[in-house]
Amino acid sequence: MMQLPCPWCGVRDESEFVCGGASHIVRPGLSASDAEWGSYLFFRDNPKGPLRERWRHAYGCGQWFNLMRDTLTHQVLSVYPMAEPPPAGG
Amino acid sequence: MRYSALALLRGALSGGRSWQPAWRSPEPKAAYDVLIVGGGGHGLASAYYLARNHGVRNVAVLERGWLGGGNTGRNTTIVRSNYLYPESARLYDFSLRLYEGLSRELNFNLMLSQRGLIDLAHSRHDLDSMARWVNSMHMNGIDARLLSREEIAARLPLLDVSPEARYPVLGGFEQPRGGTARHDAVAWGYARAADALGVDIVQNCEVTGFLRGGHGEVTGVTTSRGTIRAQRIGLAAAGHSSVLAALAGFRLPVTSYALQAMVSEPVKPALDAVVLSPGTGAYLSQSDKGEMVIGAGLDLFASYAQRGSFAVLQGVVAATLALFPSFSRLKLLRQWAGNVDVVHDSSPIIGPTPVPELFINCGWGTGGFKAIPAGGWTLAHVLATGRSHPLAEPFQLERFHSGRLIDEAAAAGIAH
Repeated sequence: MMQLPCPWCGVRDESEFVCGGASHIVRPGLSASDAEWGSYLFFRDNPKGPLRERWRHAYGCGQWFNLMRDTLTHQVLSVYPMAEPPPAGG
Repeated sequence: MRYSALALLRGALSGGRSWQPAWRSPEPKAAYDVLIVGGGGHGLASAYYLARNHGVRNVAVLERGWLGGGNTGRNTTIVRSNYLYPESARLYDFSLRLYEGLSRELNFNLMLSQRGLIDLAHSRHDLDSMARWVNSMHMNGIDARLLSREEIAARLPLLDVSPEARYPVLGGFEQPRGGTARHDAVAWGYARAADALGVDIVQNCEVTGFLRGGHGEVTGVTTSRGTIRAQRIGLAAAGHSSVLAALAGFRLPVTSYALQAMVSEPVKPALDAVVLSPGTGAYLSQSDKGEMVIGAGLDLFASYAQRGSFAVLQGVVAATLALFPSFSRLKLLRQWAGNVDVVHDSSPIIGPTPVPELFINCGWGTGGFKAIPAGGWTLAHVLATGRSHPLAEPFQLERFHSGRLIDEAAAAGIAH
């Protein structure tokens, strides 16, 4: 079973967490075109490799946090708070 | 070489020495009219229908690994067309009808077994939504019938339909034409038939980049086996579609997830239908070899690993045993996962991409196997003619900008 490092509770089993999908997706302004709006809603990088995503420790402290995780190996590369900009590398 | 009872006899009398490889393994040529990237069911079917329906025979299928080694060999072999919306119903029933004649057409036994596909209702809400589901199917001209608890008990004697069951069975519905087909045979049958029409099937050939012309159009690919030029290219790479799209410089509305399945040790015939339990997230059937083939829901985070989490496996086994308590003595032989290409409306994408001369067939998510004939037929059509097949017109990439989604809640058959 994959284990994830909650910044507040430490390493816990994957089954305690809920994945919220990719992080750092910026909502476009009200004047966005259909193309920009569609891209914002639906289109994703979906990389095979490092991915920055949001997770919630739903069955623990309930807090959201950011994670950089490799989608092929499931290795966790870094953990950082929700409001922080993405770390370098990936 | 045509397969027949006579050929079987000749093979037996010659001690097996009369059999020939089912397809050639040629070195790739420098150029083709059309390249298909992805040697799974959809890619091989596309190549076959390009040659058969459109006379386009200067075609190569490029496969990174081995034929049918991706999702074509990793699914639960279920075929069905029990969809809600007219657009989906037309496409998937076209696919099922092609399956019904395919063994004869390809001269390859796909072991299609239309044993019936039964969805179980575990609550009053399930009963209501299944009544709506059956009504939709009837309006789309597809066979379906509601079943009472007693009818289900007669069809599935090992199913726990007692009032004390953890998930009580209140009723359900059946698509009688649903069933299973031998998944490897679908890949091999299409490969052999395409090869016989002149298609080159090139395995162990990974696409590493796209060549572009003066107007931005694709003119070929770079691969692990050299550069190959082509006038048009079709992508049929399922969970790896986004990786290829990134190489070509665009994004897709796709997220790749791991979808798990497993088989038990083989036992005598005990289950004579495909059974889905949307409420518990388990679905199973018995293979002709006797194994119970059990499918799970998605591991709900992005993944390119062809293995799944134990937590999901545990959940689906628990659900299966709640339905069929007597299976608790079975041992699981194997479990695995495929990387599925999930889009927001659970409907496929078959048509042009933002890159000229580059076309795509993806987004089948958790249900690509049943759609192989239709996916191949419609991708071949757009590759040969430049125009979308009428069945594929609603399933264009552009719908994610226009907002005309086909939110096919019945796509998975179970909650993912």
